[in-house]
Amino acid sequence: MSNRVIKILVPAISIILGLLVGAVVMLFSGYDPVAGYIALWNGIFGDSYAIGETIRQISPYILAGLAVAFAFRTGLFNIGVEGQLMVGWFASAYVGAAFELPMYIHLPFALLAAALAGALWGLVPGILKATLRVHEVIVTIMMNYVALHVVNALIKTVSGGSYKTDKIQPTASLRSEFLSNLTDYSTLHFGIFVALAMVIVMWFILEKTKTGFELKSVGFNQNASHYSGMNVNKNIILSMVISGAFAGLGGAMEGLGTFGSMTNQGGFTGIGFDGIAVALLGANSPLGVIFGASLFGSLKYGANNMPNAASIPLEIVSIVIALIIFFVACGYIIRVALERLNKKKEAK
Amino acid sequence: MSFLEVLYFIVPTSIAYAAPLILTAIGGVFSERSGVVNIGLEGLMVMGAFIGIVFNLAYADVFGSWTPWIALLVAMLVSAIFSILHAIASVSFRADQVVSGVAINMLGIAIALFSVKMMFGKGQTDFIQKKIPRINIPILQDIPVIGPMFFKSVYGTSVLAIIVAVIAWFVIYKTPFGLRLRSVGEHPMAADTMGINVTKIRYTAVILSGGLAGIGGAIYSQTMTGDFGHATINGQGFMALAAMIFGKWHPIGAMGAALFFGFAQALAISAGSIDLIKNIPTVYFHILPYVLTILALAGFIGKANAPKANGIPYIKGSR
Repeated sequence: MSNRVIKILVPAISIILGLLVGAVVMLFSGYDPVAGYIALWNGIFGDSYAIGETIRQISPYILAGLAVAFAFRTGLFNIGVEGQLMVGWFASAYVGAAFELPMYIHLPFALLAAALAGALWGLVPGILKATLRVHEVIVTIMMNYVALHVVNALIKTVSGGSYKTDKIQPTASLRSEFLSNLTDYSTLHFGIFVALAMVIVMWFILEKTKTGFELKSVGFNQNASHYSGMNVNKNIILSMVISGAFAGLGGAMEGLGTFGSMTNQGGFTGIGFDGIAVALLGANSPLGVIFGASLFGSLKYGANNMPNAASIPLEIVSIVIALIIFFVACGYIIRVALERLNKKKEAK
Repeated sequence: MSFLEVLYFIVPTSIAYAAPLILTAIGGVFSERSGVVNIGLEGLMVMGAFIGIVFNLAYADVFGSWTPWIALLVAMLVSAIFSILHAIASVSFRADQVVSGVAINMLGIAIALFSVKMMFGKGQTDFIQKKIPRINIPILQDIPVIGPMFFKSVYGTSVLAIIVAVIAWFVIYKTPFGLRLRSVGEHPMAADTMGINVTKIRYTAVILSGGLAGIGGAIYSQTMTGDFGHATINGQGFMALAAMIFGKWHPIGAMGAALFFGFAQALAISAGSIDLIKNIPTVYFHILPYVLTILALAGFIGKANAPKANGIPYIKGSR
């Protein structure tokens, strides 16, 4: 088995193991796993409405996954996608509601605001990592909570004490009547095209520009990069900023597309954390992220059908997603097992 | 409220909020001192909080007023077992410990909510009848000023947390096990050469952290909320992680940091009724622990040094 096959097999086996253990959990809790997974399947592909909603759910997942993957490529672990996404959501909702501009200015402006807000939230851990060698994992976790509380306070301030920002102007909306009609009046919006465009942007930056080469190089070996004359610190900051911008755009999917406003958040959206799963499963490549986001976005949306159709709590899907991450993390042991299996075959 | 009245309210509330943080943060100290990053504390706490409430509801009739205490023990056991997953992944399977921790967090909340929906048919449990009681400590409570602040209507669990902190300090710095623990976290190869079983020490440390986080979670749910739902723990585990770092990976330091974070939380809920700080938006108190931790890490509040081998799986024979 070539290295490449193993690279694809590890996530595939992890997904299968995750679904299997999920089935075992359902079985032991007295539910019917077959009915459960059929309900899940129908929740994702059942009718055109479900498909529309699933694609809608996938859009922020792609962007969150890109954010995590992009930082990973520079050797940084951005757990702060959740917080960056929230400030992006708020920025887009605020700009969308507060200004009156023609659409061709307003919509890009609102998207840009989201990206900038996310980038700002990524800038702080980036600078701390580059200048003071502070570990980005802890800083980004702390920044998540700062984001949560700050955003809630801002919502209260801009809405004059209410728990929700004003509805955005139609000129800033990503909503599309065409896509909505196409999918039986789902909330599918143009965000998916923004997300896919960003996949291309990430691929272009990483594969076709000098900056991308430097970013990847820093991810492989900081000392070697430094020795060959690259500015390691600049690249670390840049990576976090771009990663944050992706995450901020993910927030704009919710702010300008799905909800058109932002309500007071009692806790995290979970999209940012699932982004880690998306990036891991997609091996941090742009194309892989589309795949990972499609899987987890579908699972997440399809789960909503499980309580109704099979009376199984929808949290079973969160269990499955967590298990898949766990198994991907344990990729080492899967690889060892595969290699053993391979050797046995060769011996025969 | 007069200044003294404010203190009489704030100080006990701070200590009450701090107790779960202290225990969980000390769990984190054990794990990270052995070289295993544990950002799964949140998930372990969630598990403890959930088990504590469920046990309390189920056995309140059997054990009477002992129920919350036995619930703590059961929560400790279950979270300790749950943490073995993290140990297997990060010690034996050489997983990225941060990723494994994220998985533990997601798994903890997912299993707990799944079970709650299965058992209660709704998003949160019923309220428990036997909360952890507040006690007055005899004699000490009669001391003027200090008495009402520290010894009147305190939770027994707060006393427990402080005792555990002292014991943890003793274990880590004064016993052979503690020396081994620290050496494994600083330089596992050197420790291995000296005949210390790195794997065993790391497993023990992670399981200890699981147990302590389990108690922490069960204390939080049985003193603060009285039921379990999706927002019960809501970041307490990460705050404990912050306390551990702010306390520079030292049990007593972690306790001090946890007490301070408890104070920040107490201020956030009571700021509205204190004249002096009435006009400061509560958001500043909410973000205070996190901002301080970032500052501490940046070295503005003394240098914080993580154990050297923290987060690196030990592979025998590699240099």
